[in-house]
Amino acid sequence: MTKLDAKIPKGPLAEKWTTYKANAKLVNPANRKKLDIILVGTGLAGGAAASTLGEMGYNVKAFCFQDTPRRAHSVAAQGGINASKNYKNDGDSDYRLFYDMIKGGDYRAREANVYRAAEVSANTIDQLTAQGVPFAREYGGTLDNRSFGGVQVSRTFYAKGQTGQQCLLGAYSGMMRQVSKGTVTMYPRRDVLDIVLIDGKARGVISRNLVTGEIERHSAHAVILATGGYGTVYYLSTLAVNSNASAAWAAYKKGAFFANPSFIQIHPTSIPVLNEYQAKLTLMSESLRNDGRIWVPKKKGDKRHANDIPEEERDYYLERRYPAFGNLVPRDVASRAAKERCDAGYGVGETGLAVNLDFKDAIAKQGKAAIEGKYGNLFEMYEKITGINPYTEPMRIYPAGHYTMGGLWVDYDLQTTVPGLFAIGEANFSDHGANRLGASSLMQCAGDGYFIIPYTISNYLADEIKTAKPSTDLPEFVEAEKAVIEKISKLMSVKGKQSVTSFHKRLGKILWDYSGMARNEEGLKKALTLIDELKEEFWNNVNVPGSDQELNQELERAGRVADFFEIGKLIVQDGLNRKESCGAHFREESQTEGGEAKRDDKNYSYVAAWEYQGGEKDPKLHKEPLKFEFVELKERSYK
Amino acid sequence: MKIKLQIWRQKSPKDKGQFKTYTLEDVSPEMSFLEMLDALNEKLITTGEDEPVAFEHDCREGICGCCSLYINGRPHGPAEKTTTCELHMRSFKDGSTIVIEPFRAKSFPVMRDLIVDRNAFDKIMQAGGFINIDAGSALDANTHLIKKEYADEAFNSAICIGCGACVAACKNASAMLFVSAKVSQYALLEQGKVEGKERVESMVAKMDELGFGNCTNTYACEVECPKGISVENIARLNREFINAKLS
Ligand SMILES: Cc1cc2nc3c(=O)[nH]c(=O)nc-3n(C[C@H](O)[C@H](O)[C@H](O)COP(=O)(O)OP(=O)(O)OC[C@H]3O[C@@H](n4cnc5c(N)ncnc54)[C@H](O)[C@@H]3O)c2cc1C
Ligand code: SF4
Ligand code: FES
Repeated sequence: MTKLDAKIPKGPLAEKWTTYKANAKLVNPANRKKLDIILVGTGLAGGAAASTLGEMGYNVKAFCFQDTPRRAHSVAAQGGINASKNYKNDGDSDYRLFYDMIKGGDYRAREANVYRAAEVSANTIDQLTAQGVPFAREYGGTLDNRSFGGVQVSRTFYAKGQTGQQCLLGAYSGMMRQVSKGTVTMYPRRDVLDIVLIDGKARGVISRNLVTGEIERHSAHAVILATGGYGTVYYLSTLAVNSNASAAWAAYKKGAFFANPSFIQIHPTSIPVLNEYQAKLTLMSESLRNDGRIWVPKKKGDKRHANDIPEEERDYYLERRYPAFGNLVPRDVASRAAKERCDAGYGVGETGLAVNLDFKDAIAKQGKAAIEGKYGNLFEMYEKITGINPYTEPMRIYPAGHYTMGGLWVDYDLQTTVPGLFAIGEANFSDHGANRLGASSLMQCAGDGYFIIPYTISNYLADEIKTAKPSTDLPEFVEAEKAVIEKISKLMSVKGKQSVTSFHKRLGKILWDYSGMARNEEGLKKALTLIDELKEEFWNNVNVPGSDQELNQELERAGRVADFFEIGKLIVQDGLNRKESCGAHFREESQTEGGEAKRDDKNYSYVAAWEYQGGEKDPKLHKEPLKFEFVELKERSYK
Repeated sequence: MKIKLQIWRQKSPKDKGQFKTYTLEDVSPEMSFLEMLDALNEKLITTGEDEPVAFEHDCREGICGCCSLYINGRPHGPAEKTTTCELHMRSFKDGSTIVIEPFRAKSFPVMRDLIVDRNAFDKIMQAGGFINIDAGSALDANTHLIKKEYADEAFNSAICIGCGACVAACKNASAMLFVSAKVSQYALLEQGKVEGKERVESMVAKMDELGFGNCTNTYACEVECPKGISVENIARLNREFINAKLS
């Protein structure tokens, strides 16, 4: 019935990866330089992969849409990167990290992949440190750790509030080293718009040079997508605004299954919407919840200034509802609780769509200097954006779209259902189930790039040594290029009245309203109709000025938004199919009496992998059953 | 707020370019500077008055280094230690005129309107902005103990976002602040010291080769750097450079 084989190695959990590596096929160093790998995306995952594959001697062609890899969205990660080093001697281990991720993901991730992610995490810290990443240190000169994102051990390595930037720059420096050695060739300012298959295998891509508008063909023996997440589908999100799903979507249309698209994390602590032209929501790191207390007034619609509301009239609703974890409950729980209060009319600020994050008590107890030491740069950032000083009054925060757990379906090799097409980092679905724990994405990206893909892609390429590099004159390339050009001409020729952005905003609102923090059947069905209507309007009334033979940012945006309509629809279809609540996916029909998410393990303990059927046909659902051999499924309680 | 904008328009690298004037009637002080430009573009697209203005941006929170812009004669505009994307319209008065140009430097050619090519920075990095270490060969991360003080200082150098404001601010278009920040980061860490000599020599040589000017210690770079990278990094680079030449 299904074509899904996750290819999980046999044996005990802790031995699977060792077994895999011992049996994987290898490519001898002399042959590696004859093999070309196309790598789309050079964030932390792609950057780490490019440098490592280059070091091994493969020929890597790396693509990104920014002018340089150093600007990829990974640069914005703030809080930290996890690793089971157990430097704090507080009981951490690979198993503990694995268990936290499985539970945090609400039992919707594949055990073997998650365990491996935990297993390679310690090595990524060694690698990044050796590359010169200036992680925070203790006075004795060793690396420091903090506790992050609702777990009970201190396993998070960090570089103040700029951990993502520092990790990315580490990977980037390794990549620049390989560029100088000639193993990696950079193709910056390129949008990869299609994947080319020859005899069913991924053999190349079609890209658009964003400066000249030229459409280019590139061939290789294998293709890796490291294109990040699609949270920008909501228009307003914490992601860099040009983040998009187009390459992954092109892969989907070429036969790669798309898994769990509706699993999208809404982060609880972002700066709320301040004006109608707002293009982006700025995240306030989760680490703030270690010291800040979240509250709303006890009285509905209380418009007094936060500082004028006395202690006994404040509702610290997380502490009230979840006494064990309090303000440190996982992201999905915290986000829903904020929404619940605001929907019930207790929200603060002009719009009523915000809650207070208050540092008053922490400052009184630890002193202003201590708080400044920990969060100085975040407080500054908050003040720059809002004009409000969080040392003297509470921050206002609200949930925002943040991270996509869903992504291209991959097996244990990180290979999609298209042979020779791999997906790493946020672009795949593999490690976070229905909810991601803080600081575990950087960990996954670095692990995928440095330590996993080098083995698994070699295992694939070992059988390709005799394959000559495909010619870009093959009909498959010609056709793919033609389709790309057609789509561009179509976008250019509508010549309607509305800007691309205006459509993106409207699409984002539909998805946020009906497929955001809480979903129900009626709303999801309505969203499907609304998306279809808007899509129709887009193709009849969008205005893309200028020409396609030049640098044209509106055209870039138009292509991305056109894809967002389609992926938006798949997000909704996936949400409709999954009638249970789990992790970030909250179906109002499936909740406990106390309003908590209610999982349905009997019917939904599977990965939903969608297969494209062409045109407007409904996609076909394939189920990868999730077998839990090593952990026991429990209700996820933070009370 | 009512704002008058004088914006540099240039269709392609070869085009000569010129200033054009636009006005926006209802700018809110809450808007970020780039949201104000979004509003302008929205207006240009819907009215057909002109093609939208091309400008580079991505993270919109001061960390990716994409945004640039020379605003009223200053890279990243009037606010201290602030990138253009973090700048808000409340920094400007109602009725004011704002002049917006691309970063200007020989090594940063204009590609379109306000977008310049900063690829030269990657080239400098390729010349030595890395530590020679292959994945798999790293020792345990706690093998080298590093004094917290040095680690913190290395971090302060490492937070450069590669925006190029230092180059745009410098009358010689020198990239010294950018290069020195990278050299310093590695010089302060045990891991980076092994190749210190070769690194500083080849990065500086590359910078010269790419047409960046000499540093004549005017320190305009430090004033305009949105990340507060200190000119002490330049002093450290000079020490490293002299030591390299002597050894
Ligand atoms: C504000 C914020 C804070 C975060 N903080 C943390 C944290 O503290 N800890 C943590 O673990 N995680 C954090 N995350 C999540 C984490 O940053 C991301 O999940 C991760 O960095 C994704 O990395 P990536 O390498 O998969 O993709 P990205 O870094 O997003 O890179 C994508 C790459 O793909 C390229 N690309 C995309 N599409 C195309 C195309 N069509 N053609 C050519 N190139 C393309 C881009 O140019 C880019 O190079 C945070 C996320 C956000 C939004
Ligand atoms: S040193 Fe400062 S101004 Fe120069 S590139 Fe780095 S961050 Fe920008
Ligand atoms: S847009 Fe990223 S720094 Fe300004």
